[in-house]
Amino acid sequence: MAATVADLRSRALAYAERRLPALTRLRRPESLPIRLDRRRIYVLPTGFGLTFALLMFVMLLGALNYANNPAVLLTCLFGAAAGASLFVGFRAMNGLELSRVGADECHAGTPLALRLAFTPGVRTRPSLRLRRDDADTAFALSGGGATEVVLAIATERRGWLRPGRIRLSTDYPLGLFRIWSWLNPDAEFLVYPAIEAPMPALPAGDGREDDRTLTGPGDEHAGLRDYRITDPPRLIAWKVSARHDALLVHDSERRGGDALVLDYAKLRGLDHEARIRRLAAWVLAAEAAQRSYILKLPADSFGPGIGTAQRHACLRALALLPFA
Amino acid sequence: MSERLGRHAFELTAAAIVATIAAHVAHLPPWLWVGALCIVGLRVVVRRRGGPLVPIWIRLPAAGLLLTLVVMHYGTMFGREPGSALGCGLLALKLLETERARDARVAIAFGGFVLMSALLFEQALWFTVVVSLLLMLLLGALVSLQPAPADETRLLRNELRLGAILLGVGLPLAVASFLLIPRLASPLWGSREIDSLGRTGLDDRMQPGALTELLTDDSPAFRVTFDGALPPPSQRYFRAIVLWDFDGSTWTRYRRSDYLKPEEADRDGTPVDYTITLEPTDRRWLPSLDLPIIAPTGAHFGADRVLISDDIVSTPREYRVRSAARYTLAPTLTRQERARALALPEGFDPRARALAQGWRTEGRDDAAIVRAALDLFHKSFTYTLHPQPLGRDSIDDFLFSTQQGFCEHYASAFVVLMRAAGIPSRVVTGYQGGWWNVSGDYLLVRNADAHAWAEAWMPNRGWVRVDPTAAVSPARIELGASAANDSAAWTQAAWLRALRNRFDYVNGLWTQAIVRFDALRQKGLLTSFGMPDANQGDMLVVLSIVLSVVLLVATVWAMREMRPAPGDPLDRAWSRLGRRLARAGVAAQPNEGPLDFLARTRAALPASASALTSLVQDYVALRYGAMEPVPERVRVFTKAVRNFRVGRPVGTA
Repeated sequence: MAATVADLRSRALAYAERRLPALTRLRRPESLPIRLDRRRIYVLPTGFGLTFALLMFVMLLGALNYANNPAVLLTCLFGAAAGASLFVGFRAMNGLELSRVGADECHAGTPLALRLAFTPGVRTRPSLRLRRDDADTAFALSGGGATEVVLAIATERRGWLRPGRIRLSTDYPLGLFRIWSWLNPDAEFLVYPAIEAPMPALPAGDGREDDRTLTGPGDEHAGLRDYRITDPPRLIAWKVSARHDALLVHDSERRGGDALVLDYAKLRGLDHEARIRRLAAWVLAAEAAQRSYILKLPADSFGPGIGTAQRHACLRALALLPFA
Repeated sequence: MSERLGRHAFELTAAAIVATIAAHVAHLPPWLWVGALCIVGLRVVVRRRGGPLVPIWIRLPAAGLLLTLVVMHYGTMFGREPGSALGCGLLALKLLETERARDARVAIAFGGFVLMSALLFEQALWFTVVVSLLLMLLLGALVSLQPAPADETRLLRNELRLGAILLGVGLPLAVASFLLIPRLASPLWGSREIDSLGRTGLDDRMQPGALTELLTDDSPAFRVTFDGALPPPSQRYFRAIVLWDFDGSTWTRYRRSDYLKPEEADRDGTPVDYTITLEPTDRRWLPSLDLPIIAPTGAHFGADRVLISDDIVSTPREYRVRSAARYTLAPTLTRQERARALALPEGFDPRARALAQGWRTEGRDDAAIVRAALDLFHKSFTYTLHPQPLGRDSIDDFLFSTQQGFCEHYASAFVVLMRAAGIPSRVVTGYQGGWWNVSGDYLLVRNADAHAWAEAWMPNRGWVRVDPTAAVSPARIELGASAANDSAAWTQAAWLRALRNRFDYVNGLWTQAIVRFDALRQKGLLTSFGMPDANQGDMLVVLSIVLSVVLLVATVWAMREMRPAPGDPLDRAWSRLGRRLARAGVAAQPNEGPLDFLARTRAALPASASALTSLVQDYVALRYGAMEPVPERVRVFTKAVRNFRVGRPVGTA
């Protein structure tokens, strides 16, 4: 029964979106900031609202039937207050602006904390609700500067994730009308691969390699580490830094040395995704153990190195490996 | 979507339910409302302690038990009282299963329904105001059900304020709808002659001593506006019921008198025209000054010339009457009438009968006998609302032992004496006196003004009003019931009386304007707006137009965007100063810096030069002196700008 209702509902929605261009328009991602206005705020009575309307009608009919004028007056008053609540609710949404979207680092399988920064303007906006699939969060904004709201959305696989349409809704103040709008910010977030659990032990010493292998062609990250403020500028690897978001410097001491080698090719007996999970776990373990490491992937190699930049570079490469 | 309710929201919902039940307490059986309140209280306490939910196998039988008890108590489950009792009970039971916002909303909406039904029992202004305040509470409870971040503290004050704002905003629309919603000429179901409320009021039977409750009831009975001058107190006798038959303890009305030909009446002197607005009595009598000459529409004369309504007066009723102050009623009596007006029950009150027969055998005429009886009362009787109880021979006990009582006792004893002496007589009940309301220009007659007197038949003069109470307590007649009744002294205070007069005036307006509003008035209303002969369709059109206008205004209000003024507070203060100077004739040029602008304004407005210099220098120091201006200094600057007036030296900020 519930499944039938849900099915009917989604089909009705699909039909409405085909027929109403305004709804369809919001399927496309939009660039930020997104400002809510009357063109994109929708209002429908809730189930409770419809029940309430029916109840009002019965009350009015009863009052008229018994020619009870105070009851007629108060029923009108109750109904008018209910109607006024629609406008109060609309004002809670109108003019609200989504100014930024960001996300915390996240591995597949754990929820991605989507951070949406709203600028409420001068109004206080109570009882708003964000919803995307199963993720749901209630929040309130008081007038003033941007406020960040966290929506934890479920992640299943590594790679790029588009949050897609997020419903911002309210049934403030009385729960009689649902006022909603769709937010589809043009943003995507990288979901790092899942980590093997329990955390596997780091590979033993046979993973070590000598300098010669390290300086092979295409091994551009070998001997690089994060920039420190005391580093002389001549050590900065400008070309590599430009490809990443962080400044990297040549590190003669780290070149080779006793760096761990985390090699995709050597993980035999595991399937593609399992290897990625293990490599991701090793990257984190090496970081935790403060050991320099090299990540070798079929087409690419990172390190040796340690630190945030190395970690992000490795996890990013792992996340973006093609699916087998 | 629907999380477990927080404590605040749950308890506000419980409060709304309690308030709704409280609005019904006046007519609910005590077991029901006490039980309902206990259920609500227990549930709140148990939930506070984190106790479990009441399982369904208790809730369902509880609802069944409620239904059984209501049917046992009222004999039916349909109708106003059983219906509202059932509603109140179910509302309390609903709280047992209320755990989520969804349940609470259903409970509150149902509460609104039950609350409205309380107006079926009481339509007074004060009660309507109370109900609308309770509506505010209900709306506040609905607001509290809104989801909120966990860290937000809910403020009852804010929720109630929003409820009040919604009601206030809705008021114009509510009034327009009230005026324009077509009224039903006849009910769709049931009848408007709703079951008797057990209202106190005059009845067509009178047992001396039984009226005490009525005589201490200060609620209005009716209001009278006179076309001419107000008659003096001694003529303000409003006849309602004439009682003929006495069985030794109770006076009753001659039931078939409605269908007899009214007694003839001749009038002389100028008639009095007046309009009476009668509060609902659930009975059919219409009081009128003696003696009504023309019956109003919807009413007819009883045989003894009292006005009888065609329908039961269950809603306030307004009628116009013309009465004669001097009249001759029934110049001749038929034999049957004479026999009934002289009948006394056998075997009762031997001493009273002997006394009256003694007067007759002494050879006194009718007038002398009346005087003798009144003298008797005047000599040794006292007026009190709390007389001692009387025995079987009630008239004997009253005349010869207790000798205290109020109007009913005197009227009853007087008529018995007259009849024993052979003078045809009867008891009349109605109202006497009233309170002249200066601000409203009307006479307010309260239930406490209910009165009983006698009419004796004299040859050639017909029925003559004789008020034996006047012989005992003249103040009762001249000053009104409250002067004679032994009520506490503070109710006599002049300021209180004035206040009550005012309040009654407002109440009267309420009854006139709202409670008695009907299809006819509605038509009249549209006529005054240039729409004579408006039918119900026209009203709906007008209502739609009003509705559209209201919606338009609301939409404009809702769409209006409130953008914060551009820039930071310092910029806003500076542009404010710029606007002020522009009004004085010196507008800043876009290519001009503050100091150049200052130089120009100093030349143009020499009177404000020093004030301007300090303001502009402050601004320059704040704006360009540091990365971020110091907030306190910005505030000082803003204040200084606000105090600045072109042409007068600036005050110290």
